[in-house]
Amino acid sequence: MGLVSPDYGTIFWMVLAFSVVFFILRKYAWGPVLKMLKEREQSIEKALQSANEAREGLSRLKSDHEKMLQEAHAEHDQLIGEARQIREQLISKARDEAVQETARVFEHAQRQIENEKLAAINEIRKQVASLSVDIAEKILKRELSDRTQQETLIKEQLSDLKLN
Amino acid sequence: MKRWMYIAWILLLMVAPGSRLMALNPESQKELKEQSEAPKKFDAGKFVMEHVMDAHEWHIMKIRETHISIPLPVILYTREKGLSVFFSSKFHHGTKAYKGYLIAQEGPHEGKIVQANSDGSINEEVPLPIDLSITKTVAAMLISMILILLVFIPLARKYVKNPGKAPSGFQSLIEPVILFVRDDIAIPSIGIHRYEKFMPYLLTAFFFILVNNLMGLVPIPPGGANVTGNIAITALLAIFSFLITTFSTNRHYWKHIFNAPGVPWWLKFPIPLMPFIELLGAFTKPLVLCIRLFANILAGHFIALSFIVMIFIFGQINWIAGYGSSIVSVLFYVFMTMLELLVAFIQAYVFTLLSAIYFGMAREESH
Repeated sequence: MGLVSPDYGTIFWMVLAFSVVFFILRKYAWGPVLKMLKEREQSIEKALQSANEAREGLSRLKSDHEKMLQEAHAEHDQLIGEARQIREQLISKARDEAVQETARVFEHAQRQIENEKLAAINEIRKQVASLSVDIAEKILKRELSDRTQQETLIKEQLSDLKLN
Repeated sequence: MKRWMYIAWILLLMVAPGSRLMALNPESQKELKEQSEAPKKFDAGKFVMEHVMDAHEWHIMKIRETHISIPLPVILYTREKGLSVFFSSKFHHGTKAYKGYLIAQEGPHEGKIVQANSDGSINEEVPLPIDLSITKTVAAMLISMILILLVFIPLARKYVKNPGKAPSGFQSLIEPVILFVRDDIAIPSIGIHRYEKFMPYLLTAFFFILVNNLMGLVPIPPGGANVTGNIAITALLAIFSFLITTFSTNRHYWKHIFNAPGVPWWLKFPIPLMPFIELLGAFTKPLVLCIRLFANILAGHFIALSFIVMIFIFGQINWIAGYGSSIVSVLFYVFMTMLELLVAFIQAYVFTLLSAIYFGMAREESH
C-alpha cells in the first residue's frame, strides 16, 4: 500500500467498476441525454428558422400588399387624370366648334342681310324710277295749267313718296 | 451584536474537536503527560499518511484507545488455502491474525495482508496472497460510482420522458455541466464532426473525477477517502485516455511521430532523435495526466490534514496553544477546503480537456 506504487487490487476494481459504469452510462445516460439535447437544439433551431421564415413571409406579404395598393392608387390617379384630360379636350373641342359654328352662322346671316339690303335698295331704286316716271308723267300732263298747281302737285307727290 | 455571538459560537465549535485530545482539567492533563511520556507519542506524519493511504478498514475516529471504523470486505486468494472472504474487523485493526492472514504493521509490506505463522508473526517464506479486497479507496470509488449511476440514469429518463422541453429541477443543475463538457471541451478540441464518439468517455471521466474529488472533501464517510489522489486510479484513467488516443489514431499521427514535418533531416537520421522524443511524448502525455491529478488531489488532502494535525501538535505542547492554534487551523482548513472545491472542478476539467485534446490530435489531418 505504498503512496506511489499502484495497488493491483485497486486497479482490478477500478477497471471493473469503471468499465461497467462507463457502459451503463453510455447506454442508459449519455446516449439518451446527448440525443435529446441535440434533438432539442435542432427543434429550437428549426423553430427559430421557421419563425424567421414566417416573419419574412409576412413582411413580403405586407410589402406585396403595399405595392399592390400603391399600384392601384397609381392606376386610379392615372384613370382620373385621363378622364379629366378627355373631359377638358371634349369641352374645349365643343367650345371651338360652337365658336366656329356661331361665326359661320353669323357670317351667313350678315351675307344674307347684305343681299337683302342690296335687293331692297334695287327695289327702291326701281320704284323710285317708276315713281319718278309717274310723277314726271303727271307733271307733264298738268304743267301746262298752273305754276302753283305744279308746285303743289310736286309737293303732294313727294309726300306721297315719303309715306310710301 | 447578535452576529458577534454567532461567530463566537462557531469559533467555539471549531475548537471543540481539538479539545478531545486536550485535557481540560489538571487530572487529565497529567494523564496526557503520562501518555506522552510513554512511547505512544502523536506521530503527525503517520497520522496524515494513514488518512491519505489506502487501508483495509475505513477508519473514522479514535476515542481514547477505541478505534471506530467501518469494516470492509477482505477478499484473498492463495493456492493452498483457496479463496477466503471475510470482514476486515476480524483483524481487530491489524492487531490479530485471522485464517492465517495478518496485516503487516511494519517492514517492506506495511499495510498489506501477508500470511502469518501460527505464532502471529509474518511468514516471510510464502508469497503474498492475491488481495482483491474492497479497500477504503475501492469502497469510496464504488460509492461514488453508485452515486453517479443514481444521478444520471434517472436524469436520462427525465430527458426521454420530456423530449424537447426545457430542463427543470435537477436537470438544470447538471445540464450546463454536460453542455460545458460538450461545447467547451469536446467540440473545440476534437472537432464538430468526430466529437460524438468520445463524448461518453469524456463525460464519464469528467463526472468520475469530479464526484470523487468532491467526495474526498467531505470529512465523514462515505466521503473523505482519497480516491483521485490514489496513483492506481489516476494511472488507470490516464491509461484509458492513452488507449482511446492510440486506437483512434490515423496516418498523420504516426507520420508526425516518426517523420515529423518541418524538422531538419539530421535530427532524424542517422540518429533518430526527433522520432525518439516524439514517441516518448506519446507516453509522457498520459503519464502527466496521471501525475497531475494524483499530485493535486493528494496535495489538497495533505494540506488540509496538516492544518488539523497542527492542532494536535500544539495541543501536545500545552492546551492553550492547542486551543489557540485550532482557531487558526480551522480557519485555514475552511479556506483550503474552499480552494479544494475549486481544484476539484479544475482538475476534472483539465483531465477531460487534455484527454479531448489528445483525442483530437490523434485524428488530426495534415496541416
